[in-house]
Amino acid sequence: MTFSYFLTFLVFSPLLGIIVLAFMPRTNEKAIKLVGFLATLPALILSLAAYNMYHTGTDLAEFTERVRWITFGDFGSVDENLFTVFYELGIDGFALVMLVLTAVISTLAALASFHIKKEWKGYYMLFLLLVIGMLGVFTAQNLILFFIFFEVTLIPMFFLIGKWGFFEKEKAAYSFLIYNGLGSAILLIVIVLLFARTGTTNIDALRFLMNTPDAPLVTPISDSLKMGLLIALLVAFGIKLPIFPLHSWMLRVHVEAPPSIVMLHSGILLKIGAFGIIRFGMGIFPEQFTDLAFVLAALGVVNLLYGAFLAFIQDDFKMVLAYSSISHMGIVLIGLGALNEAGIQGAIFQVVSHGLISALMFFLVGVMYERTHTSHLSNLGGLAKGMPIAAGFLLAGAMASLGLPGMSGFVSEFMAFLGLFREWPILAAVGTLGIIMTAVYLLRAVLAITFGRADREFDGLTDIRTFEWAPVLVLMGLIVLIGVYPAVLSQPLQATIETIMLGIGG
Amino acid sequence: MDLETLLSYEWGTMAPEFIILGVATALSLLDLFMPKKVDRRILGWLGFTGILAAIVALVSLIGHDTTSILFDTFRLDGFAKAFKLILLAGAALVLLLAIDYEPKEGMKEYRGEFFYLFLTALLGAMMMSSSGDLITLFIGLELLSLSSYILAGMRKKNLQSNESAMKYVINGGISTAITLFGMSYVYGLTGTTNLKEMSLILGNIADPQHVYILGLAFFLIFIGLSFKIASAPFHMWAPDVYEGAPTPVTAFLSVVSKTAGFVILLRLLLAIFASVPVQGDGAEPLPLLLRMQDYLAFLAGATMIIGNVIALRQRNVKRLFAYSSIAHAGYILVALTTMSYFMFDAIWFYLLAYLFMNLGAFAILQLITSKTGSEDIGQFAGLYQRAPVLAVGMGIFILSLAGIPGTAGFIGKLNIFMGALIREPAHFVLVGIMIVMTVVSYVYYFGLFTQMFFRPAADDSKLKLSPGITTVVVICAAATVLFGIMPNLALDFFHQNFNGFSDFLQ
Repeated sequence: MTFSYFLTFLVFSPLLGIIVLAFMPRTNEKAIKLVGFLATLPALILSLAAYNMYHTGTDLAEFTERVRWITFGDFGSVDENLFTVFYELGIDGFALVMLVLTAVISTLAALASFHIKKEWKGYYMLFLLLVIGMLGVFTAQNLILFFIFFEVTLIPMFFLIGKWGFFEKEKAAYSFLIYNGLGSAILLIVIVLLFARTGTTNIDALRFLMNTPDAPLVTPISDSLKMGLLIALLVAFGIKLPIFPLHSWMLRVHVEAPPSIVMLHSGILLKIGAFGIIRFGMGIFPEQFTDLAFVLAALGVVNLLYGAFLAFIQDDFKMVLAYSSISHMGIVLIGLGALNEAGIQGAIFQVVSHGLISALMFFLVGVMYERTHTSHLSNLGGLAKGMPIAAGFLLAGAMASLGLPGMSGFVSEFMAFLGLFREWPILAAVGTLGIIMTAVYLLRAVLAITFGRADREFDGLTDIRTFEWAPVLVLMGLIVLIGVYPAVLSQPLQATIETIMLGIGG
Repeated sequence: MDLETLLSYEWGTMAPEFIILGVATALSLLDLFMPKKVDRRILGWLGFTGILAAIVALVSLIGHDTTSILFDTFRLDGFAKAFKLILLAGAALVLLLAIDYEPKEGMKEYRGEFFYLFLTALLGAMMMSSSGDLITLFIGLELLSLSSYILAGMRKKNLQSNESAMKYVINGGISTAITLFGMSYVYGLTGTTNLKEMSLILGNIADPQHVYILGLAFFLIFIGLSFKIASAPFHMWAPDVYEGAPTPVTAFLSVVSKTAGFVILLRLLLAIFASVPVQGDGAEPLPLLLRMQDYLAFLAGATMIIGNVIALRQRNVKRLFAYSSIAHAGYILVALTTMSYFMFDAIWFYLLAYLFMNLGAFAILQLITSKTGSEDIGQFAGLYQRAPVLAVGMGIFILSLAGIPGTAGFIGKLNIFMGALIREPAHFVLVGIMIVMTVVSYVYYFGLFTQMFFRPAADDSKLKLSPGITTVVVICAAATVLFGIMPNLALDFFHQNFNGFSDFLQ
């Protein structure tokens, strides 16, 4: 049994919503929000179905689809596939996990977007376009297609930040555009160079060609050029992740973008950076990656500590979370730099776990902002009295984030550090400082919000209500599920990790 | 030459030129004898029909063998056919814009001239693409230039239009003189004006002194012609002329005239200088053209930097597009510089993509600026509220100009990059400049987005759409997206019908 067009339909299903929205009157707020939400459901259902099929024994390779698309040059007489870009989608265990994560968070973010106050039509159309881009990134089987989906996320984000964001929204939008534009530009050079020299952009084919001596290339690629390509890849995805010192844009986005968009941004878009490093950096250039592992691990520790210390002194809770994201992405790098099975597994776990946690946290930020119109620690305080349930979830989210056993954050941090201690104990020992700092800054911030003293009183706060229950419950449920039963993740990831380990010869 | 030989020529190969010439003549006579009160727009539609007829004639000639008549002064080869298609399509769209052009003070009795001068300029451009002889090449160039000078000054009572025409004439005169001076060296060395004979004679050149003279000739010709494509060092006329000239003329200069410039550049450089052997440090003698690569690369890089960086500071939209068009000339020069396998594909496809995205943008620009007469970027403010469909159309053109995936501009840039990176040594510096400048261009292109989507409209009145402009916008938007998603429609057509220009010097 094969599933032709299953993935195509999954990825492009939000397009239906965009088309319906295009014909709706601009002012019909309720209907627009409903359509926007419903349009995210097919992707969710299909991705869960795919997950279910995988568990009942379907081979993921059966989802692969492949159609001829663009042919450059006229090499039909030599090899008809030379310089041909295929439209090819497919998934492996890692991609499947990311797909489910994307679909879940997108649906929840669509719910969170009910808080949006103006121009719902344009908002939801761009929102759905963004979802298409994110789903596509994880299913693309060649670099050009990956790049196209990658750029598709860029444009809607620019508008969503610039139009629906907070006070300095346009500046944040430009900052986002320029940094990510540069990142994409570097990525594009790498992709085009690989394409021009090998005549293909298929990821599996490239993995083979780059790691087979005397492979038939159009023009040879020297070892130093490979190293250059890997470094370029790391910079390109490092901007996205972000790796210190390429992070300043993402602080602005976290603070200025509407919270529902930050759920997607922090929950998924940043993870594309990690996905790219694992898929392309490790996958295509394993040999060179091994040489850079220590640098990466060290950068990871820097990220972890830098983020943690700066998060400690922030007054804006959104800023705390932004630095916390930097800090937590450090753990991804640490895991990858360790370059052993535990480390890589920890890194991927962290990708998923942080996606869920940050989505939850930013949803709660949105909920609080909706009621109090502030996110500053000095203004907030005593929310446990006015909105006890929201405050409770906030605390629980913080616990997951700082790695309380039984929640997803613990599993990932534990494994990443396990991996690093095995390779570079001293570096890992320094890194553990960051874990302590995480507890300190998160508790400081969250306690200030829930129990702290406010400089003004909020009257008549309403707690979590109606549609707001779904995101908090689902996200918290998943966080706990991964915490107590990590096999839901580790099982699909196993094959991917084995392939990677095979590549780096571990 | 007796009558018999004259009749034995295949005059049918010149059918498109004859049609244009005939229509231009007919229009000028009609304009002279038609009563004053008849609306001259009818002449524009006649001209448009004429161009369509010429396109049909050209398409029917596509399968025709390579033919040369009149001692090679007129050639019908793949190169000529491919570029004439672009020229004709561009001119047809420009004429539609011209029909709807309505400056504040009116066109009065000049409207008729307006149309047939476009046709004579087009005729010049077509002669250039079909010529195998310096004399006819030069006559074609002059016919195009002289017609354009008058067109630029078409608004006779408008100060800026006069300034524009004056600057254009003076700069054009200087550049033509330089080109001619360069040509005189080549003529002096070979004693012929026929390009094919020239390349045969130059192929056997031995005296190193002659090679130096040819090098000088190369620079003179290239610099003189850089005027036509608006690249460094002859770019400075573009902003002033673009700003002052009537909008359809600006569109014509930036698309048709630029295409013609690249046509003559390719004809001359490849025919004359590709055959001159130069003994270098290597064992094999290299063609002079390849020895000049570094200088070409420098000029291409300078063009991209000048165009994009100065565009950042522009408030006048026409000046902005002038600098943007300089930048695009730089991108195409990159393809010329690299002289790779992909050179012809890349240049042809880029010019095709550029034709649609730029003319579409100019159509909307004309519509928006004609009403108030102001060309400030603020005129675009709130376009999304005033006319959402137009704003989305403009959005497509801008995204394509910025080279975002999903549009023809992206495929064009991809093709250029591939050519630059396929061989060792790869042109990393040039590619680096191009990609960084592309990101710089995001700033001013997205500045237009900021105006259209984020800013409130200064004037809420509805825009009145006219049939000509609507047609142009629809065709251009459709083509931009179509060639972005299915570029093989154009690329396969190119490969199947023009034999990779292998008949260039036959």
